[in-house]
Amino acid sequence: MSLLKIKNLRVEFGSKAHPFPAVDGLDFEIERGELVGIVGESGSGKSVTMMALMGLIDAPGRVTADELVFDGHDLLKLSASQRRKIVGKDISMIFQDALTSLNPAYTVGFQIKESLKVHMGLRGSALDKRALELLELVEIPDAKSRLNAYPHQLSGGMNQRVMIAVAIACNPKLLIADEPTTALDVTIQAQIMDLLERLQKEHNMGLIMITHDLAVVAEMAKRICVMYAGQVVEEAPVAQLFRTPHHPYTQALLDAIPEHNKGAKRLSALAGIVPGHYDRPKGCLLSPRCRYVQDRCRIERPQLLGEAGRVRCFFPLNAEGSSHV
Amino acid sequence: MSDLKQDLLVARDLTRYYEVSRGFLKGQATVKALNGVSFSLQAKRTLAVVGESGCGKSTLARQLTMIEPATSGTLDIDGVDVAKASHATLKTMRSKVQMVFQNPYASLNPRKTIVDTLDEPMMINTALSKAERREKIDAMVAKVGLRPEHVRRYPHMFSGGQRQRIAIARAMILNPKIVVADEPVSALDVSIQAQILNLFMDLQDEFNTGYVFISHNLSVVEHVADDLMVMYLGSTVEYGSKASIYAKPLHPYTQALMSATPAIREEDRRLKIKITGELPSPLNPPSGCTFHKRCPYVVDRCKSEVPMLRQVDDRLVACHRAEEVNV
Repeated sequence: MSLLKIKNLRVEFGSKAHPFPAVDGLDFEIERGELVGIVGESGSGKSVTMMALMGLIDAPGRVTADELVFDGHDLLKLSASQRRKIVGKDISMIFQDALTSLNPAYTVGFQIKESLKVHMGLRGSALDKRALELLELVEIPDAKSRLNAYPHQLSGGMNQRVMIAVAIACNPKLLIADEPTTALDVTIQAQIMDLLERLQKEHNMGLIMITHDLAVVAEMAKRICVMYAGQVVEEAPVAQLFRTPHHPYTQALLDAIPEHNKGAKRLSALAGIVPGHYDRPKGCLLSPRCRYVQDRCRIERPQLLGEAGRVRCFFPLNAEGSSHV
Repeated sequence: MSDLKQDLLVARDLTRYYEVSRGFLKGQATVKALNGVSFSLQAKRTLAVVGESGCGKSTLARQLTMIEPATSGTLDIDGVDVAKASHATLKTMRSKVQMVFQNPYASLNPRKTIVDTLDEPMMINTALSKAERREKIDAMVAKVGLRPEHVRRYPHMFSGGQRQRIAIARAMILNPKIVVADEPVSALDVSIQAQILNLFMDLQDEFNTGYVFISHNLSVVEHVADDLMVMYLGSTVEYGSKASIYAKPLHPYTQALMSATPAIREEDRRLKIKITGELPSPLNPPSGCTFHKRCPYVVDRCKSEVPMLRQVDDRLVACHRAEEVNV
C-alpha cells in the first residue's frame, strides 16, 4: 500500500460562481522510502497541492478530493485536532526561505524542541539531548552553542539546516521539501541536497521534492511529475522523462534550458505564459502554447493515461520527439 | 583579453572598501568588498561575472554604474577615466552605462505607467521633443516584444517576464554602450528565462552593446558569455574566455562551482568535488588564499601567502597550485 495516495484533488479559490482551480484533478502516489520530484513553473499548483495535503489552505479556498489517504488515515475525514497529530509528526515540510519560515524571536534550539515536546512528549535532559543530536545530524558545526543562536545570527544555508532539523525531529514518514535550495548558492545547494538524500535513505522516508529546476531533481529523484496549470501533464521514471519526453510541455521545458542548447545562439523558448484566472482554455490547458496543437485539443480535455509513464495528451510524442499526426 | 577592438570598459586594480561599525565602543572595521579587480570589455561582447553571494558582484556593479567612487584603482569607460572626470562629464557618461536588476517586481516604479518609466531617462538625458520621444518608446516597446497598448498600463498589470522586458527596454532606450545586468533571469521561470535571454542576445546583435552579466547560474552563463570572471570574497580567482574555462577550469573554486551545478544529462555531470563550509566573513577574511579553508588541495603555503593572479595556459588564475592540481 502506498504511503500517500491522492486521487482527483481539487483546490479552488474565488467565488463559487467563478472558481479558479489552482489544482485541477490531481492524482499522485508515493511509497515509503521513495524520492519523487514535482516540477513545474510558478502558478502550476505544486505548492498549493502540498499545502492542501498539510491542511494549510484557509477559507475561502476549497479542497475536495476523491481520496486523500496517508498511511491508512483518510485525511478528509479526520477532525482538525486528529489531523494536527499527524501533520508535523508523520508528514512534515521544509519551505523555500528559511529565514522567513523560522521565528526570529526564538532561538533555534527552542524551535527544534517545540515539536519534540508537542508530538513526542520529551522533557528535560532527554529533550536537550535529542535537540543537540538533531543539529549534529544536519551537520551544523559547533552544534552545542548554536542551540542558543537566533535565526538572524546564522547564514541562509545554516538556517535551512535548522529547518530540516525541525522537520525531521519526529522521524516523519513523509517529508515535503518545497524549493529547499532555491534561495541558496550552488555550493551550499549541493551540500543541502546531499544532506536531504542521506537523511531520506537513513530514515527510509518518502521525500517529495518540489522545484522549478529540472536539473536539481534529475540527479536525485527516481520518478518525476511535471505539472502545468494545476494538472500533472506527465509522470515518468527520471531517465525516460529526460530522454524521451512524451508531453509537448515537458519537451518545451527541456528545450528551454541552456544546457540543451549548447552551441546554439538562441534558446528555443515556449511562447506565451501559463493561463490565469480569466484565460483558461476550454480544451487542453497547453493548447494555446503547444506547437503540435490539433482541433481536438482545443475542444476536449485529455486525461492522464499510460502504464510505465503517464501522459496527459491526445497526441503524445514518440521517441523521436515529434507528434504522431 | 584586449584585442584590436577598442575597449569599452577597462578596470585596473579596482578596489572598494567599506567602513562598518562593529558595535558600541568597538571602533570601525573595514570590509574589503572589492579587492583589486582588473578586466576589460569590448563592444558586442559579454563578460560574465560569477560567484556566490558576498563575493563582491554587486559592489562591482555599483562601481561600473558610477553610483559610488572607487577606493583605489582606475576605471575607464569609453576611454574616459571615471575618477578624473568632472561632474558634467560624469552625467553624460552615466547615460552610457545602464543597468537591469534582478527583481522586476521591485525595480519598476509602481506608480508610473510604462510610457512614463521609459520617458524619464530621455527627458533627463536628451533634448528630443515629446513626439520624438514617444516614437522611440513605441519602437523600443515593439522591440522587446510588448504590444503598443501596454504602454498605458502600470507594472502590477504585467507578469514577471513582461516586467523584465520593460526593465530591459528602460535600460536600452538611451542606446547605452554598456548594460550591466545583475542576475536578470534568476527570478524567472525556465520558459520565461529562455525568452528573456533570447531578447538580450537579439538586442546585443542590433545595438552592439557590451554586457556585463552578473549571475550565479553557470548554465545560463555558459549560454550568454564570451568571457568569464569568477570571483571569491572580493577578488578574481579565474579570468579568461568562456570556452577555455568551461573546457578545463583551473582554480579549485571554479571546479567546485561547476561540479556543484546540477546537470540533467549524465554526460554533462562533472566529477563531484565536495567543498565544505561556507563563504567566510569579509570582515575577517582568512590569511593567505581566502579560499584555503574550503579548498580540497590546500597546502601550508596557501595559508600564509596570498596567491597573485597570474597567466596559466590561456587565462589568469589566482592559485599557487594551478598547474599541479590539474594534471
